Amino acid sequence: MPDLGRAALVTSFLLLVYALVAGSFAAWSGRRRLAASAQNALIAAFGATAVASVVLLAALARHDFSFQYVAQHTSRELPLGYTLTAFWGGQEGSLLLWLLVLCGYSVAAVLTARRAGREVLAWVVPTLGLVGTFFALLLVFVASPFATQAAPADGAGLNPSLQNPYMAVHPPMLYLGYVGLTVPFAFAMGALLARRTDERWIVATRRWTLAAWAFLGVGQLLGAHWAYVEIGWGGYYAWDPVENAALMPWLAATAFLHSVMIQEKRGMLKVWNVLLVVLAFCLSLFGTFLTRSGIIQSIHSFTQSSIGPWFLGFICLITAASLALVFLRLPLLRSKTRLESLVSREATFLYNNLLLVALALTILWGVVYPLLSEAVTGEAATVSKPYYNFFLHSFGLPLLLLMGIGPLVAWRRASLRALGRTFLWPASAAVAAGIALLGAGAGSSRVGVIAYTFSIFALASIVLEFARGTSARRALGGVGWGGAFSSLVARNRRRYGGYVVHASVVLLAIGVAGSSAYQTVREGRLHPADSMTVAGNRLVFRGFETRTESNHRAIRANIDVYRGGDYLGRYRPGKNQYFAEDQVSNEVSIRHDLLTGGDLFLIADQVNTDGSIDLKALQKPLVNLIWLAGLVFLGGSLIALWPDAREERRLAERYEGAAVQI
Amino acid sequence: MSLALLVGALLAIGAVVLVAAPFLREPAPSDDRLLRPGEGEQRRLAQAEERDRALSALKELEFDHRTGKVSDDDYRRLVGVLRQRAAETLRAGG
Repeated sequence: MPDLGRAALVTSFLLLVYALVAGSFAAWSGRRRLAASAQNALIAAFGATAVASVVLLAALARHDFSFQYVAQHTSRELPLGYTLTAFWGGQEGSLLLWLLVLCGYSVAAVLTARRAGREVLAWVVPTLGLVGTFFALLLVFVASPFATQAAPADGAGLNPSLQNPYMAVHPPMLYLGYVGLTVPFAFAMGALLARRTDERWIVATRRWTLAAWAFLGVGQLLGAHWAYVEIGWGGYYAWDPVENAALMPWLAATAFLHSVMIQEKRGMLKVWNVLLVVLAFCLSLFGTFLTRSGIIQSIHSFTQSSIGPWFLGFICLITAASLALVFLRLPLLRSKTRLESLVSREATFLYNNLLLVALALTILWGVVYPLLSEAVTGEAATVSKPYYNFFLHSFGLPLLLLMGIGPLVAWRRASLRALGRTFLWPASAAVAAGIALLGAGAGSSRVGVIAYTFSIFALASIVLEFARGTSARRALGGVGWGGAFSSLVARNRRRYGGYVVHASVVLLAIGVAGSSAYQTVREGRLHPADSMTVAGNRLVFRGFETRTESNHRAIRANIDVYRGGDYLGRYRPGKNQYFAEDQVSNEVSIRHDLLTGGDLFLIADQVNTDGSIDLKALQKPLVNLIWLAGLVFLGGSLIALWPDAREERRLAERYEGAAVQI
Repeated sequence: MSLALLVGALLAIGAVVLVAAPFLREPAPSDDRLLRPGEGEQRRLAQAEERDRALSALKELEFDHRTGKVSDDDYRRLVGVLRQRAAETLRAGG
């Protein structure tokens, strides 16, 4: 079987090289059949990569420890579900997943994005082939998942932190996001190479960009929840370089999704949009590099490896080639129109873009600086939480405010009188909320009060936008409130789906501010029958219990929780000792309060031999709004992604004649 | 091992056939050029994009006016310009 896996990967590599070389030649020389052949090579590469993936999955399921990868990342006692998710638990498997997803995206995008135009598509194929070739090359020559050995009796097991149900969905979601950003990049490069800088590449990749961005967003929130329930330090985001690695391309893609609307509506910012697509893609490659090169010590960097220099070289090549191409095509990217006013919808989009890119770049600097300092001075400097928090507050809070301002401002220009009228209710609601919060004692955190006030402003402006839009639609006659509302959303899914996503970001901001600025932490050593109090909850330690599972021994502390005179239940923080992996993991216990949205979070920091426990308890107000934000984000993304028949007809009419397959 | 060999052989043959399909389907085509849109088609596309942009701007203005984001004065000042622009793009054949 490993031979079949290796053969499938070599086949995939050769097909991708063919798609790159033959596709480039076909696009350059204008040969129709050769271009179609290169496109077919992408399809065949997907098939070959799928075969390689099935071989690895079969080896995992059969505990075939003659595969080094299977022996290094699983054991006989590992439950089947986690055995299969070990596919992406190690470096080689996750690179194979990258390639599989890339080939899948390539086939789907090339076959469905016909509106890009045949001459653009002819260049898209070799661009996708180039990226695919790089990953296939790594898998064939540098990091093969099909390396074999004399089979040991048992494997080394899977990192305990990865033995969590979230690992079944979090990494694939992130990969769907990371890899999905290749599609807009390939079409942008295809448009530049074909000298076709009209809107067709944007129209053709609109949904792919949105889908990749949504996957990346949902993947990050799933990762945050995994960290919250599994890693056991009491938080959900630690500014870990690898967490940042997923955030940076998401921020760049968010900027692109906004600025591309200015190009569609006003024909402006063509250079900026192409640069954002390049930035988002390069950051997604950089993210994979950080996760997989082992260059940064992180909870996510499960392996030290030799693929780092390859990745760095490829990122440099892609960045240099893309920027050179943009520079060469600058004359074609000039806009005919200019910004009419600094107080307009497009201007707020521009400010939002500057803030998003500034935030992404400051995070990038925070990630890169320790590496550079280590390379230059030999000592790694530390960039820690205060650095990131400073820039999150400096750029994130204005972004929150802009999210409320943007929907209230008209396109092209807005007069002060109109602004005064539209701002009246949201601004009044925000000021009233700010005063009420100060009155309620929330002033202990200035940032928290500002975040809440801006959040209320943004939320009020979103509600107002829906209300005014529905009212205007109803005034046209013929429908009731419900009909007017659904017609409003159906006629402009991207805009109103976007507002729902904005609402999710507001929920996220409220949840983050509440759970970080206003959290309460208590620590103490408790012997059986001892108690401690946190935020009005009395915690009584009743002793330990242990049990043995198939692959670990679990020890749990029994903690009874009381509030006032009420018994709220027994909670069991503890530790798991994994046999095969010879590692210990923290297992936290969380009491969710759905009424207030807060959590009581219990960590067994230390299980002592004298029968006592070092218990850490955190009261995290409003933290559940973060997870609710994830659901709202998903809903908004789906609304924006949902096909719009009216828009489809308009585009079909516009591009009639251009939508011809290669 | 034999199953692996069979699957590998099928994979290789399938890949070759798929890649060669355009040449097998049309061994001697009358025209093998990858047609690029002529200047006329490019102009038509540009005009169509411009027309859609102008019509969309007009619709946005109407909607922003109805929802109170654009005052009556601003509306009167902008609507004439946008209507003229839309009419020009429609006349241009977009």
